[in-house]
Amino acid sequence: MSTSVPIVDYLVLGDQPHLVANECTACGARFFDRRNACANCSEVEFHKVDIATEGEVTSFTIVTFAAPGVPVPFVSATVNANGTTVRANLINVEASPEHVKLGMQVKLATYIMGTDDNGTEAVAFGFEPAN
Amino acid sequence: MSSNDVWILGINMTKFGKHPDKDAIDLASEAAMAALKDAGVSLKEMGILAYGNLVGQTSGQMLQKQIGQTGIPVFNVSNACATGATALKTAIMAIKSGECDMGLAVGVEKLAGAGLLAGGSRKSDGNVYTPQGRYGAIAATDGRIGTDTMPGTFAQVGMEYGHKYGGATFEDFASISVKNHGHSTLNPLAAYTKAMSLEEVMGDMMIAYPNTRPMCSANCDGAAAAVVVSDAKLKTLSLEQQRRAIKVSASVLTSDPYQEACQVLPDVNTLTKLAAREAYEKAGIGPDDLDLVELHDCFATAELVHYDNLMLCPEGGAVDFLKSGAPYRTGKTPVNVSGGLQSKGHPIAATGIANIWEICHHLRGEAGPRQIEGAKVGLAHVIGLGSACGIHVLEKSGL
Repeated sequence: MSTSVPIVDYLVLGDQPHLVANECTACGARFFDRRNACANCSEVEFHKVDIATEGEVTSFTIVTFAAPGVPVPFVSATVNANGTTVRANLINVEASPEHVKLGMQVKLATYIMGTDDNGTEAVAFGFEPAN
Repeated sequence: MSSNDVWILGINMTKFGKHPDKDAIDLASEAAMAALKDAGVSLKEMGILAYGNLVGQTSGQMLQKQIGQTGIPVFNVSNACATGATALKTAIMAIKSGECDMGLAVGVEKLAGAGLLAGGSRKSDGNVYTPQGRYGAIAATDGRIGTDTMPGTFAQVGMEYGHKYGGATFEDFASISVKNHGHSTLNPLAAYTKAMSLEEVMGDMMIAYPNTRPMCSANCDGAAAAVVVSDAKLKTLSLEQQRRAIKVSASVLTSDPYQEACQVLPDVNTLTKLAAREAYEKAGIGPDDLDLVELHDCFATAELVHYDNLMLCPEGGAVDFLKSGAPYRTGKTPVNVSGGLQSKGHPIAATGIANIWEICHHLRGEAGPRQIEGAKVGLAHVIGLGSACGIHVLEKSGL
């Protein structure tokens, strides 16, 4: 049986893959990596929260010229997931302005990105059209 | 009776473009010596040197060895694309503090031929996945979790504005680039001086939708330098020096206050609005009083949002402002008559002084064929991702 690892530690795998953030206990500001103190209110207590897996595309670009080794085209976007903004690629949609629209409803999706020498699968995420 | 005002006494920018035979210190020396000559003063009279060279990492001390080691304090500053404005503000603060009565600020960059400035190149994934760094990433994330490139990042900045307020099309963004490339034909110091049609801009190589290649700032070589002086010292200088001096009515630098999402997609809006509000208040000048504006059009998508951030239009009205013709050199509030970063070029640390040179040139009535007639007040804006925003409001001498 192969094991899986997420592309980043804020992606939680399992039956219902989702993203997690560190939420400031005092003001509710959310961060995908660690903070010594909250960037908003400077308080120091955080707890983990699950991020909604559905949301709305609030901005995007279709990258057709990227650093060497990065396959193009791809769609980079920001998604408003029930009040928390997430950065992700849009996947399972044609990378063209005719198919990607501001305000479109999307949902989190995962895919196997590759397998290493130990047979461990890397799982990445993106957002795909909800309908 | 002198005030606490600080004035630009002399200023210069080199030709922007390719300078294969000159290194950063050569270019910085050229701009610094020309600014001193323009000011009619000598290096020995400078009480401070503030120096910026973001990518090249040369220092003010290296410039001193090239043009004169006088023992004065040197501040080597680094603030992304706002590095030049930061160097200028450092010199202005030194004068306002009373530590000296004249100072020199220099910004220089050698970028001709540089490609994408962020993102690097992707290494192949490791043989064994091992979580690394702040996000425990087991592989490169650029291109897999959004984009790290500047054209892509700023494309999203413009698209976000379109989502919030509606109605910003590819054609709208491209027409900003048409305007700036048109303006550049009158600027002999610009890296590119070729007018482009809407069809040419939209049909060029797509970099990151909706930014095509001519909608991106041009990497190039260049330097700019300014000599600043206290009000009291200026009054001891010649009438001609006083007449050509440009008053710094506001010199503001901000960083971005926390906003939801600002750590996901850089928020270039909030800190620019804060800086603009503070600058207008300090200068006692409103956006309607501006005769010209040089703003940070690192990408066409960025220029649109800054119409709004600098309050040149009502909130949400940037597209209407553009379509009204206001930001054209013949319009109500000419924006980027130098050609902007898309055609004049963007040698990063030089940009925040070069845009002030452009404003000064017009306020002095020395801009030749591209002169904005009767210009008395101008605003120069830069933003560096991270973020840092510098705004200077400049006024013509009353003499």
